[in-house]
Amino acid sequence: MSAPIQLRPDETFILNVGPQHPATHGVLRVKMEMDGEYIVKAETVLGYVHRMHEKMGENRTYAQYLPNLSRLDYLGALGYTHGHVLSIERAAGIEVPERAEYIRAITVELNRVASHLFWFGAFVMDLGGFSPLMYAIQDREHILDILEGVTGSRLTYCYYRFGGLYNDVDDEFIEATKRFIPNMRKSLKKYAALVTGNIIFHKRLEGIAPVSAETCRKYGATGPVARGSGINFDVRKNEPYSVYSDFDFDVPVYQEGDSLARYKVRMDEIEQSLRIIEQGLAKLPAGPIMTEKKPKNIKLPVGDFYQAVETARGSFGIRIVSDGDKNAYRLKLRSPTYSNMHLFDETCEGMLIMDALAFMGSLDLVIPEMDR
Amino acid sequence: MGGYFSDIFYGGKSLLVGLSITFREFFKPTVTVQYPYQTIKMSARFRGHIELLADDTGSPKCVACGMCQRACPSSCISLDSVSVDIEVDGKVKKKKVLSRYDLNFTTCSLCGQCVENCNFGAIDFSKEYNLASTRKEDFHFDLLDRLKRLEEKKA
Ligand code: SF4
Ligand code: SF4
Repeated sequence: MSAPIQLRPDETFILNVGPQHPATHGVLRVKMEMDGEYIVKAETVLGYVHRMHEKMGENRTYAQYLPNLSRLDYLGALGYTHGHVLSIERAAGIEVPERAEYIRAITVELNRVASHLFWFGAFVMDLGGFSPLMYAIQDREHILDILEGVTGSRLTYCYYRFGGLYNDVDDEFIEATKRFIPNMRKSLKKYAALVTGNIIFHKRLEGIAPVSAETCRKYGATGPVARGSGINFDVRKNEPYSVYSDFDFDVPVYQEGDSLARYKVRMDEIEQSLRIIEQGLAKLPAGPIMTEKKPKNIKLPVGDFYQAVETARGSFGIRIVSDGDKNAYRLKLRSPTYSNMHLFDETCEGMLIMDALAFMGSLDLVIPEMDR
Repeated sequence: MGGYFSDIFYGGKSLLVGLSITFREFFKPTVTVQYPYQTIKMSARFRGHIELLADDTGSPKCVACGMCQRACPSSCISLDSVSVDIEVDGKVKKKKVLSRYDLNFTTCSLCGQCVENCNFGAIDFSKEYNLASTRKEDFHFDLLDRLKRLEEKKA
């Protein structure tokens, strides 16, 4: 038997986390220089699931590009398709009936809750707790059923159309959503008692990986990550789009900047999304779900257009440079987790590896979305 | 020192709270469906792969205009037509008839553009979800043949 490798006291070694590793959420590779259990330097390596979505946007017509958007972030797909249809509608000057916008807002918020639930389960599983994942998936299942009932798909929705929706919602959707809200509130209480109040959970997150507001700004972090560091920015409030200005909701902000703060922001956001859904259902106007003249063969005027929306992970932006043709001259997608992930390299220096992986979980990374 | 004991107390309490929650789950009704022995009903709008629809006479409604083919983002649809002579009011007229309608389901994203762009209501999503194979050729569907088989079954 050969002798175990002896390291010099100051010697470091390289640890590869990923690209296929149960602790990373997808095919992300992190090259870590380790001093024992401590991280000296970390470098995230991307590119394993690059699919050239931006280039596809330049080769396809705007309508043909619709299914691509739901393949960025497969957990909160509706938010991304919402951004796309809004950008085209604004650029081409297409009016959207109010009912369609309300349904869009309700379904986006449902999708946000589903996304946060899945993150919650996966995050607690990162920390070693398995049961919460099962509970979260059970709750998420109700949302997927509701969304399947209207959109026909469970994950990669292609439901919004320029000028409206693919089809109208039925009474079943409204009933199911109304039933879902109180059940979800009950579950939130359960999660608060089971997870948020748990001492192991607290000890592993409190004060761990503090990210300052300054760092968030430096890397362009948005969404729950920035709001956990005291930055009060939510595109839904700051640059209201769709019908969000009609809703009364709060933007949860925590000052601590640690992993626990990011967790709390998302859990509070679920409640706020439920409030939006409730108000949306109460106010849901009757009427058409598609503009009178259904737009076909859309050509955008020559120009440069940008639309930002708040998705479950942060601010998603889509920039279209048009030369007046059926497809974009240049299409740029600004995805939130790409910016959020860059906090990781800097913040995890000097951290224990187990804390770093908990921190990575708290960033809510979806790899196909950064690696478009 | 006080922190030490309060941690133990808090830890014990959160353990009990957690256990009581997981324990109560024991008595909740089972929600797991034992597929494939049990199945659930697919929702009315479920999007399976597309299928051709037949008119009252059992022949496809499709007029082979090719709109669906052009709208598809992933070029999954390919179709052909032949021109046949039919007699209308004693006069012989030429009519385009669908002779082949293939769907390459491996690249289909179930976006619905084809269904939306068909002005004749000739295609719709099927409710087919039991699709599994190790060969990708199994997902190249001959939809015309499928329609024929379904119509024969009905008859
Ligand atoms: S659903 Fe979309 S991708 Fe599939 S065949 Fe129709 S148009 Fe093509
Ligand atoms: S658009 Fe409809 S009628 Fe035209 S080829 Fe396609 S299925 Fe047939």
